[in-house]
Amino acid sequence: MNALTAIGEILVLLGTFFYILSSLGLIRMPDVYNRMQTATKSATLGSLGVIIGVGIWALGTDFGSIPWLTKTIVIAVFLLLTNPISAHALIRAAYKSGIPLWEGSVVDRYREHLEAKEKEAGSPENPDETPIKEGGVE
Amino acid sequence: MIGINVYLALIAIATLLSMYRVFRGPTTVDRLVAVDIMTTITTGLMVLFALYYGRMIFLDVALVYAILAFGGVIAFARYMEGGL
Repeated sequence: MNALTAIGEILVLLGTFFYILSSLGLIRMPDVYNRMQTATKSATLGSLGVIIGVGIWALGTDFGSIPWLTKTIVIAVFLLLTNPISAHALIRAAYKSGIPLWEGSVVDRYREHLEAKEKEAGSPENPDETPIKEGGVE
Repeated sequence: MIGINVYLALIAIATLLSMYRVFRGPTTVDRLVAVDIMTTITTGLMVLFALYYGRMIFLDVALVYAILAFGGVIAFARYMEGGL
């Protein structure tokens, strides 16, 4: 009874620590890409700690039950699945809308990938048509 | 041990720190990233409210809030990309 409460409190404390760490990274980092790197991962880990910690903590109280823990695990798995998807969509939108990288950045793999794909497509005057035609043939 | 009020206060501090980036961010995507982090933090806050009041219905609220925030962020990202 009491051990479950202690484990839950430790998990919640860890989660809030990672929440504060993620918002500090959001302030500290110089670039939108670096901010996304530091913010998404630690916020996901922090919410995993808080949500599962609350589920275990509630088992130690008088109103907690097994459905409580099941619901918290469902919320945690949903956040774990959807947080990287939204981060990926946001950062791709940032790159497509032309926000430049920080001047200290040295590697830009996505631009190399785009240039290689454009070179592979062949026809320089109409680069948007060719992949659609290839997809249609296959 | 410590008490749930301390955790609520720590989460409030984290939300205020990320609100700094919402007001200050140079580009639109900076503000969107900060709002995304704030929705994640708010989901954890709803789950803590469920423990604070001892009612399970707040967990359903947290799940629906997570789903709606995910859809909103995806829609804003598509709009920034120019596909909407």
